[in-house]
Amino acid sequence: MTTIAATGTDLHAHDHHDADHKPAFFARWFMSTNHKDIGTLYLIFAIFAGIVGGAISGLMRLELAAPGIQYLQGWASMMAGKEASLDEAYHMWNVLITAHGLIMVFFMVMPAIIGGFGNWFVPLMIGAPDMAFPRMNNVSFWLTVVAFIMLLGSSFVPGGTGLGAGTGWTVYAPLSTSGSVGPAVDMAIFSLHLAGAASILGAINFITTIFNMRAPGMTLHKMPLFVWSVLVTAFLLLLALPVLAAAITMLLVDRNFGGAFFDAAAGGDPVLYQHLFWFFGHPEVYIMILPGFGIISQIVATFSRKPVFGYLGMAYAMVAIGVVGFVVWAHHMFTTGMSVDMKMYFTAATMVIAVPTGIKIFSWIATMWGGSVSFKTPMVWAMGFIFMFTVGGVTGVVLANGGLDDNLHDTYYVVAHFHYVLSLGAVFSLFAGFYYWFGKMSGRHLNEFLGHLHFWVFFIGVNVLFFPMHFLGNSGMPRRYPDYPEAFAYWNGVASTGYAIMAVGILIFFVNVIWSLLAGRRAEDNYWGEGATTLEWTLTSPPPYHQFETLPVIK
Amino acid sequence: MIMLKKFLVVMAAMAMPSLALAQPANPAPAPVTKEVAAPVVATPAAAAPVAAEAEAAPAAAAAPKSMDGSLPGYTPMRPDYANSVGMPKPKEVDFQEQFSDNGQYAKWINNAILLPIITIISLFVLGLLLWVIVRFNRRANPVPSKTTHNTFIEVVWTLVPVLILLGIAYPSLDLLAKQFKPAPAEAVTIKATGYQWYWGYTYPDHGGFEVVSNMLKEQGDVAKGERFRTENDGPKLMAADNRMVVPAGVPLRIQTTAADVIHAFAVPSLWFKLDAVPGRLNEKSLTITKPGVYFGQCSELCGARHAFMPIVVEALPPEKFAAWVKAQGGTMPGAEKPAPAAAPAVAAPAAAAGTAPATDSAAAPAAAPTK
Repeated sequence: MTTIAATGTDLHAHDHHDADHKPAFFARWFMSTNHKDIGTLYLIFAIFAGIVGGAISGLMRLELAAPGIQYLQGWASMMAGKEASLDEAYHMWNVLITAHGLIMVFFMVMPAIIGGFGNWFVPLMIGAPDMAFPRMNNVSFWLTVVAFIMLLGSSFVPGGTGLGAGTGWTVYAPLSTSGSVGPAVDMAIFSLHLAGAASILGAINFITTIFNMRAPGMTLHKMPLFVWSVLVTAFLLLLALPVLAAAITMLLVDRNFGGAFFDAAAGGDPVLYQHLFWFFGHPEVYIMILPGFGIISQIVATFSRKPVFGYLGMAYAMVAIGVVGFVVWAHHMFTTGMSVDMKMYFTAATMVIAVPTGIKIFSWIATMWGGSVSFKTPMVWAMGFIFMFTVGGVTGVVLANGGLDDNLHDTYYVVAHFHYVLSLGAVFSLFAGFYYWFGKMSGRHLNEFLGHLHFWVFFIGVNVLFFPMHFLGNSGMPRRYPDYPEAFAYWNGVASTGYAIMAVGILIFFVNVIWSLLAGRRAEDNYWGEGATTLEWTLTSPPPYHQFETLPVIK
Repeated sequence: MIMLKKFLVVMAAMAMPSLALAQPANPAPAPVTKEVAAPVVATPAAAAPVAAEAEAAPAAAAAPKSMDGSLPGYTPMRPDYANSVGMPKPKEVDFQEQFSDNGQYAKWINNAILLPIITIISLFVLGLLLWVIVRFNRRANPVPSKTTHNTFIEVVWTLVPVLILLGIAYPSLDLLAKQFKPAPAEAVTIKATGYQWYWGYTYPDHGGFEVVSNMLKEQGDVAKGERFRTENDGPKLMAADNRMVVPAGVPLRIQTTAADVIHAFAVPSLWFKLDAVPGRLNEKSLTITKPGVYFGQCSELCGARHAFMPIVVEALPPEKFAAWVKAQGGTMPGAEKPAPAAAPAVAAPAAAAGTAPATDSAAAPAAAPTK
């Protein structure tokens, strides 16, 4: 008996040792199968890509700060290693806007919010030891890295008028086919293939994990809303990305193998590409924001010390947004010459999305209502998110009207709209999540004061940056212009000032992260207290290398 | 009406001196006119004067090139800078002033319905958040309530947005129906073709000539003797050497297509934007309510010089439009059908001048060169 008992304790001790046994550096970070390590890799990657994408937007705002072409020709010359012509400089502009869009969508927001937070916290929140397919998880990450390298590499090879792919992130044919000679666009398309394949693998992984690996007792209707949001997002990825893959493969066929899918002269149709692209592209915007909704739900409940108000409504509002999100795509194409019936349908269907979105906004407020709210950094970001997303959402209702979109389409009003829902929506939710979970992930607290300072500087910066774009759009300034008439100078100058303020905010963020990693206060297991009720708070900070070897039971 | 008269007087004043200059200089309309096959309806007699002018052109083209875009019987209208007509205004936050009925309706829908609604919704959410901050912070409300459901309020915040959206949908769909009302059969057709990176405007009802429209560069950016932008042409980056001239107050049928990649024909002050897609012929009707110059810019990414292919629409009173058509070597449609045999090209301007108000002195010189 004693022996058995001894063996028992021995085994237990051995187990414990196993749980914390980490592979050596190379095996751990380059051949990782651990969801938390892969999540960390995704976050580091997304931060790096965010710096690149953010720096590109800095170049754009610098050039746009005043009318005239100031810097573009110099940059194009630097890239080409020779004196660049004016046309090459203009092409460089198109390369910048293309890279900014693709990087921020595919290599910053998606890797951070799905790859980073999804990988880290979906298994923790459902009480699973890891993702369902750990090796596939690793493949997803490294494919994303290769995709990013492909995209960056495309800026150094010819793409038509100059170096790089200057097609816009939408890669519309025929500009992307007959309109862009040279390997740059092929490389960019291949980059999208890889990033898309990585996301499809990730989606399969999340769906399988969430459906099969929930701890005993955790029914679908007991899952935390962040898990719900990742589940809906994974389905959107799974259904939307293959369509993108098909569309851009057709581009490759048209470009390289004599195809004519989108070549009107040979019986193809350029508008077909737009339908395929936006059938992916519209769900894509929900892919970027839904996990953000999930993060905000967790944070609002935690800091209000109340469960989420209307949990089922919140979960199914996300499902509804996902479903309706698949039947509204052509509102991105209101000016392509579609029929009045189609325009009316897509106007009406698009407006419907405002209803489940409204349910979410009001449910968050109702969660705070009657709560005992503490305004820690994550909560401040979450409240900023709710207001800014509302502002971005209501301009979406304006744009949904096909008749009004006739004037606003492809103007800065659209740029303002989608930056309010993404730069101030998705990115605010990313920062909220980062401040919320940083202690859990790293074991150290971020500095509260610097966090608040970061919020206020960033909040003011992005609003000064993006709000005037509504005015520019109203008065008719088109998107994707490196130069503009004098009349647009004032608000462009204001917007560029806003960029500078925002950049200071980002600097504060990095100071905070670096300082906290080096000297931050050690984080307790549940440092947010009684409001934080999900399973990750039952573990140490950081959690053991392998968690939940004994599955938790949810009552 | 007063505006229109005032405008015509100004036009006349502007037209006179330039005509005086243009007349002796052996006018050469051809450089701006791509020779296009005459329309099938045109009889040889009708087509003859067009061909004659076009043939004469190349010889004359080399020497006295018009530096302000003027033609016999036509001087480009000076844009109304004082009121920012048809162009963006510095520091503007609102839409540009609209010069089509549908544009005015659309602007009204936004400014009178949507903008107030979205402002109220945003402020309402902001107000609720501020109230939460004041009333439900940890100090003010140390013990949180346990309420997680309230079916009534959930139904309310689902149904109220639905009702608001229905309220928006009604005028919105009404606007769409108006915008899609087809142009009447007698509408003037203009086909705008997007090229990398300029526009071509074809007038199929007027002999099928095409006006090629390039952005005007600044004085410092062109070779000596080349035409450059002046304030008469329009704001920097928005002015074009040859404008899309159309009649005001008359239904237009605007068709768009493209020769290479997708472009978009857009004029903010007319609430008009239609993609120009290769292989497609898109069409929308438009009626411009007032004569004037209306500026727009290409609105679909089309390559390197996407930002440098502006659209300039000049709406003229019909009789002045007819004079412009004649200067382009075109024919007015009414002139061909009733009398195909007898020198028809000149009949239309004369008839138009005859029916025009007597006060319109500007129309007189335009119609005068009736041989």
